[in-house]
Amino acid sequence: MSDKKVALVTGASRGIGRAIANKLIEDGFFVVGTATSEGGAAAIGEALSANGAGKVLNVADRQSVETTLKSINEEFGAPVVLVNNAGITRDNIMLRMKDDEWEDVINTNLNSLYRVSKGCLKGMTKARWGRIINISSVVGTMGNAGQANYAAAKGGVEGFTRALAREVGSRNITVNSVAPGFIQTDMTDALPDAQKESLLSGIPLGRLGQPEEIASAVAWLASDGGGYVTGTTLHVNGGMFTG
Amino acid sequence: MSSIEERVQKIIVEQLGVKPEDVKSEASFVEDLGADSLDTVELVMALEEEFETEIPDEEAEKISTVQSAVDYIKAHS
Repeated sequence: MSDKKVALVTGASRGIGRAIANKLIEDGFFVVGTATSEGGAAAIGEALSANGAGKVLNVADRQSVETTLKSINEEFGAPVVLVNNAGITRDNIMLRMKDDEWEDVINTNLNSLYRVSKGCLKGMTKARWGRIINISSVVGTMGNAGQANYAAAKGGVEGFTRALAREVGSRNITVNSVAPGFIQTDMTDALPDAQKESLLSGIPLGRLGQPEEIASAVAWLASDGGGYVTGTTLHVNGGMFTG
Repeated sequence: MSSIEERVQKIIVEQLGVKPEDVKSEASFVEDLGADSLDTVELVMALEEEFETEIPDEEAEKISTVQSAVDYIKAHS
């Protein structure tokens, strides 16, 4: 059992998730980071060392969620901060999109919120303190050609955020989304150069964001100082979308 | 050791902030004791803790009155 507040960050082996895990440790949380593979989970455990742990979790699988949450509760205590970060892309234009490309993205990026958040809410309700922070995307608001599946899931994440915030506010649990724009990660490194250039022309700050810049926003929402913010989506995108 | 009825009553008083004398066996949590749906879930969580048992969701949904809570605990302890 940890005497610190336990934070759970899904998809923490790289990119934005890893930066969030590191930042929350800095802020004094005990952080459990998850990855889909044993190797990924072991690497997280090593990186977080004494202030955290790595666990295998497939957010797309109900059984995996149940088993992993149970073991986290028993080993470290119930998480009171949940960062739903794990996500995938399977981009394709609609006319070519396959059923599994649609379903995998909805299942991993949206259905996972139902499973993992539900599993963590009991502990937060008991603690009368909780923070659920969902990593959305600017694409959920703006849309993006070739990402109808991803945009649908991320738009869903923001609706989920608003509804759950109203439901659990009375228990001092806040629920928010952070919507990154284009951040330098493996996910955006995979984009063709021409597409990156045209993207940059639409970003007033003229650069991609860094994972740490998303992590700061998440950490603020998790902090006591962010405690009066709930049901909202915080856009962190260099100005490419300004509501 | 207090009776199951007394322990259930004590939990209801604590969770819902009601007076002990209002916790009559036929009282409904929502209609008579002013609980909302989240309160009833928390009440079940508190019962699980007090009686060291796990109440499955489909059973929990049937626990809507003081008597039904007492009956459930008696049948499963």
